[in-house]
Formats: sequence, structure tokens, C-alpha cells
Amino acid sequence: MKQWSPSYPFAIIIALIALMPVGVLIWLAADSPQLFDARNLDILTNTISLMLLTAAGAVILGVPLALLTSYVKLPWARFWLVLLAAPLAIPSYIGAFTFYAAFGPGGEIEQMTGINTPVFDGLVGSSIVMALYTYPFVMLTVRASLLSLDASLVNAARTLGMSLFSSLWSVVLPRITNGIAAGALLAAMYALSDFGTPAILRLDTFTRMIYVEYNSFGLSQAAMLSLQLLVIVGLILFIESRVKGTRERPGRSLLLWPGKLRTALMLLAASPVVIFAIMLPLAIFILWLWRDGAGNFELVYAWNSAYAALFAAIAAVIFALPVAQAAIHGRFGRLTERVSYLGFGVPGIVMGTALVYVGLQLSMLYQTLALLVLAYVMRFLPLAVGTIRSTSERLDPSLVKAARLLGASRKEAFRRITLPLSIRGIVAGAALVFLEVMRELPATLILSPLDFETLATYLWRVYEAGYFGQAAIPGLLLVVISGLALAVMFYGERWNQTDIFEEEPSVS
Amino acid sequence: MIEVRNVSVHYGQKKVVDDLSLTLGESELLTLVGPTGCGKTTILHALAGLIPISEGTIKLGQKTVTAHKTIAPEKRQVGMVFQDFALFPHLTVAQNVSFKLKDQRKADHWIELLGLSPWRHAKPDNLSGGQKQRVALARTLAHEPAFVLLDEPLSNLDAALKDDLRWEIRNALKEAAVPAVWVTHDQEEALSVGDRIGVLKDGKLEQVGSPEACFSEPNSRFVARFLGEASFLPASLEPGSNVATTELGNAPAAPVNGASGEVDLLLRPDDISLNIVDQGNGEVIWSRYEGSARLYAVKTDDGATVRIRCSHEKVAEPGQRVLLTIITTHPLAVFARRDEAIAESTA
Repeated sequence: MKQWSPSYPFAIIIALIALMPVGVLIWLAADSPQLFDARNLDILTNTISLMLLTAAGAVILGVPLALLTSYVKLPWARFWLVLLAAPLAIPSYIGAFTFYAAFGPGGEIEQMTGINTPVFDGLVGSSIVMALYTYPFVMLTVRASLLSLDASLVNAARTLGMSLFSSLWSVVLPRITNGIAAGALLAAMYALSDFGTPAILRLDTFTRMIYVEYNSFGLSQAAMLSLQLLVIVGLILFIESRVKGTRERPGRSLLLWPGKLRTALMLLAASPVVIFAIMLPLAIFILWLWRDGAGNFELVYAWNSAYAALFAAIAAVIFALPVAQAAIHGRFGRLTERVSYLGFGVPGIVMGTALVYVGLQLSMLYQTLALLVLAYVMRFLPLAVGTIRSTSERLDPSLVKAARLLGASRKEAFRRITLPLSIRGIVAGAALVFLEVMRELPATLILSPLDFETLATYLWRVYEAGYFGQAAIPGLLLVVISGLALAVMFYGERWNQTDIFEEEPSVS
Repeated sequence: MIEVRNVSVHYGQKKVVDDLSLTLGESELLTLVGPTGCGKTTILHALAGLIPISEGTIKLGQKTVTAHKTIAPEKRQVGMVFQDFALFPHLTVAQNVSFKLKDQRKADHWIELLGLSPWRHAKPDNLSGGQKQRVALARTLAHEPAFVLLDEPLSNLDAALKDDLRWEIRNALKEAAVPAVWVTHDQEEALSVGDRIGVLKDGKLEQVGSPEACFSEPNSRFVARFLGEASFLPASLEPGSNVATTELGNAPAAPVNGASGEVDLLLRPDDISLNIVDQGNGEVIWSRYEGSARLYAVKTDDGATVRIRCSHEKVAEPGQRVLLTIITTHPLAVFARRDEAIAESTA
């Protein structure tokens, strides 16, 4: 009965393309004189430290916020949830950039208030910024596990005479460790692959050094560093695959009704996160806009970002459709889907390094928009696959059967049932890719055609030149785009498991 | 008119439907009942053309389907009511019902008839289970199918709703005057709603016939047990005779497969009367109060256990001596002695 799905050949081709960067890097690194030296050890230490500190910080911020947003009956609960999840959508380089400019001698805070603040950079600075922008990973995964827990467990513990805090500690905590681990691993992955933050805050991690090597024409050195980074990424991905979700008996989740004062205190305790991760960058950009005006920002940068992103979004959806179909269809399809997920694990700077070599070999691709779009597609394909797959998966197969029994042909059933019901996922997938690409920095930096400036690369040039004030418009635009991305994420099917929008109860 | 002859269906190597034959007259309602995994749903899907058959022929009016010559589901003029309703969530009730219709009036007719007019513009997600099932039925019947298949149409609904909806569906099918196959695992539903009933076991049709015939003259112990409470009382039956002798007295007998000699008599709980008499011929093991009646298990002096349902006014505690009398006037099914039956079925 099992047949080969017609989507398989496409899926295989796409999976092979996804594997290509790794092959290129191995080929390239073979020319590198050194496998590992003392300098590498420093980089390794920095990278691992940043990763661990980020994960730890994300857990420290994320778990209490998850408890707050899932168990405490808050006024405007949805607003708080979205606000607290928002830093996830803002690229951390925005935070790094504004923190760097705000703190330290001569920083904006000193100029405005005269208060001396310490310089914000290095390992500590990077870890704080990273934790501020990755804790929502932990918050959302933990929230999902918290909401799946039956309240009767905690209630039972409390009726047996245990205080609320210790019942949370001894009954709830052991059951959400998987959620915490999953979130912490996502934060760790982010810390490993992010380029902008350590580059701006001058911490010599793999991503920063790869860019340095690339700029000094040490492509094979860059490839070697890339491979080393990929090994760590692979390790994290492996651990991630071992973390299994626990199945709980579904039930009503716990709801606490603290008094007004306590609620206010809890929200007050949560507010520094929002102030630093969202308000501070906005305030700095607005300050610059008011002081320096638009600077020499040109609208063409935004336009460049937008149309490269549009191409990438369309291409990603076209590529994602067969992969998602194959993934639903069978075991082999799921394997190709896994492979296509590789791109998500490959840091943008590594993807850039691999593809720049491809460009050098195939001169017709060198410094073309096509190569850049290819990099985007490979990197963000999993976003599109994920959204499309989850909507088509939820499509009840008996709907198509019903349509056909009512007399619709295969084609008509697809057009009238399957397509309208999965279009939301397709659009959401495309929108996510579009918005991700708009904000992408490292691969764009390496691969963009000559004089092709985007919002993100313009921000980078401003940082390199030291004229921070000119970053106002691109910075604000990037924050707005991030807000849109957040809206798509919450609107789309991606975060359904976190129950952002409770289902309307059906009338009976 | 549907005619199914010697149809088998395989999943890989496994035979899920084995040599199935049945015919369905104009506007006849056949219920198919059997335990979970007996192949009920598979039969429906085979009739609908959603899975291929591996042997046999299906005649649907003028069209004939075989293992080699199949007809696409949309060409079979079949209507199917799904267990989970399968309503299109992005379409309103009216749009669902008129999915492929050019003539809106047909849809209106069924929406009206099934009392769905107030929800005409509602989306399925906002309907209750019973309303969803009515929409599914209206959609199926409005498309004027040549025959209708119902796959456990009531299994996702509340118990309180089931009784009424059962008859509503039956009446609608009769109004539409189409042959229908209704699959269920609820024997009471199957007995009450079907013109005929078919009992399935392991992909095989054990018995097909009127509900009365299947209930009182089952042709196997499995059918006897599946359709209702059954006790088996040892009896003896002369070959050619139609009166069985038991420790509780004589009873009119209908031998199954020519059983005679040492036999087991099928007793339903209402075939016997119970009187509280201290001499008696048995002893109460347990009693269950059911509201309007009481169900007793009684151990006869010869060691058989029988169940009796009687008026709730007859109160007996466990251990109480009682007198059992066979009171039925219709013939009772008689099976060859149990040990032989086991030997038969394992052979």
C-alpha cells in the first residue's frame, strides 16, 4: 500500500542542496595549515562561556516569567504575554548596538544624565544582551509544559499541607525540566550562531573570528573555524534531539488569584526585562532621530532589504511545499525534512563563508542577488517547512475524502479544501521568512552584491564608522519589522501549542 | 440497489475483510455491528472506493467494481457520513451542504428538514455535536447519493443526544428513500434502527437478517452474546424433536446447525420467570437494581448460571432460594454442547 510520494524527488534534491555547505567547508578547510592552536582555544573558551552564560541567564529570566504568565491571573494577560515574548523577535544585535552606545564613558546615558556607567562589552556584556533576547525561548517552552500540567497535582500537594512555593518546587519543577532544557538549548543555539552581538561587543567568538578571517582573505582559516563551530552546533542539536517531551494527562492548569498589590509587585519585578530589552533600544534610536535626524540614510536600503526578502520568501515557500508534503507522507520524507533543517543550525556567518566560495568557483553567481537569496532560502527554509507542515498536518484527511465522495475530483478537492485550509500556513511561513531575511546580518554582509546595502548591513557600517547617530532610521525600522514578525508568529500556527489564543468554546 | 459479492480487502498481508457478500434493496437500511477491529469501517471505505478491494465484485446500480476495475470515489454517487463529521471548517453550514450543488433548493430542503435554518450562516466550529451531525447528514443527502454510508455517526455524541438523533437520521434516510449501510459498535443501536442487521467478527459476516431473527435465533454463540445478555442452559433434545428438556422444565427449541442430543439452550434474561420459593430450584448469586427492573444471576441446582430480569418488586438477597420457570412461547436457539463448539471453532 505504501507508495512513493511524488514529492520525494524534489525533497531529495532540496535536502542535497542543504547538505552542500558542509561539503564545501570541508573541501575548503583542507587547505588550512592548522587544525587547532592556542588562539582557537581562546575562541573556544569564549564561545562556550557565552553559550553557557546565555543559557543560564535565559533560564533565570524565563522560568519565573513563564510561571507568571501561565499560572497568575493577570489583567491584560495576553498583552503581557506578547510584550514579554517580544524580545524573541528583535535581533540581539539591535540590543548590543544600543547598549554599547548607551553605556560607558561618553555613552548616551552619561551624556544625558551625567551618571557614570561601566563599559558594556566583552563576555559579561554579550551574555547579558543574549540572555535578554533569548529568555523568551525558555519562557515559551516552559509555559507550554506548565499549561499541560494538571492543576490537581499542585492542589493535592497544597491540601496535604505543603506551601504554594514548595509545591511548585517539588511537584511542578521536576515535571517541567524537559521544557526548561528545551528552551535553554534553543538559547544556547542562538548564542552559538549569533554574529552581531559578539562582533559589536568585541568578544572573540567563532562567529566574530570567522568574519575577521574572511576579511583578511583567510578563507580556508574561516572554513576551519566554521567547521569547529559546526561541531559544537551538532553537539547541541544532538542533545536537543535527546530531550523528549513528556506526555501528561491533560487537565485544567493551575490558576492563581493573587491580590492587587501582589500582582502589581510581580509585574514590577518583571518590568526591568521589558525596559532593557525593548524600551532602551527604542529610546536610544528615538534620541538619535531627534538629535541627528535621518543622517545619510537612503530609502533604497529598505527597498533592497524588502525585495531580497520577497524573493527569498517566495523561493522558500516553493521549496518548502514538497519538503512539507514529503514529511507528512512517510519515514523517508521525515528524514529529508530533518536534513533540510540543517540550514537552521548552520550559523549565518558559516553559510556566508561556504557560499562565498561557491560564488568564487562559479563566477556567474559571484556577488549576485541569486547567491544571496540562495543563502537566505537555505537558512530559513525550515521556518517555512515548519509552518506549512503543521497546518497541512492538522488537515483532517476525512475532509478530502468527504469532498471527493460529494463528487469533487482530486484537483477540485485540492483547490476547494486543501488549499484554502493550508493557505494560512503558507502565508505565515512566507511572512516569517520575509521578516527574518529583512533582519539578517552576517550572510548579507558577506554575500551581498557590490553597493547592495540593506538595513542590517547599513547598521553595521554605521557601527564600524562610529557615527552611531545615523542608525536611528534603520534601527527603528528593524524594530518595527521585528514587531511585525512577532505578530505573524502569534497569528500563525507556529505557537499554537503555547495557547496564545484560547479556542472559542463551541455553542452546545 | 447494492450487491456485494465475495469481497475481500487486504492491508498488506493482513486480510481485514474476508469474503463478504450482501445485498441491499431500494431504501433499505442495513446496520453492520461488531466489536472494535472487526473491519466495519474498512467495509464502508471499500464501498466508497477510498480503499481498493483485493477480491470480489461490488455492484452499485449500473456500475460494477472489481479488484482490477475500480471507480473513483467521486464517480460512485456515494454519500458518506463520517464519525468525526468532516465538515469543511472554512465554509458555513449552507456552503457545506451545497458543496457541489448547482441547485440551492436541494440544500435548503434538507437544511429546513433537519432544523438547521438558524445556523445556516454559522461555521462548523460554532456548532454543537448534534448540530454538526445534522449538517453532515444534510450535506450527504442534499447531494442525492445513490446510496449512503454512515460510519459510527453517533459515537462522538453525548448519550442523551444519541437516542433522538438515531431516529432523526433513520427518518431522514427513509425520507430520501436511499439504501444505506450504517456501521456501529453499539448493538442496541444496530437492533433498533436497522431494517436488517449484519454481525461481523474478524472481517467475516457471521449473520445477516432481521433484527428479531438475529436476536432470537442467532446462528452462533458469538452473535448470541454480542447482541445481548445470553445464558446457556444444558438441555437435551431428541433428533427431529422441537422440545428441549432442561432442569427448569421443557422449552420450545430451534436447533442451530441441526444440533441434537446434549445441547445448550440460549436463554435471554426475559425468557425466564423468578419466584421466591424456599424449595425452589436455584440460589441467587447477585442482584443488580436497574430502576424499573432487577437483574439476577441465579445458580441452578445442577450448577448452571443464568441471568433473569424481572420486576423490581421481587426482592431477593444473595443466597435466597428461588424457583425459575421458562415462560417463553417462541422457540429458543439450541447449540451443540459447549466443548464441541470450542473444538469446532478452534479447528
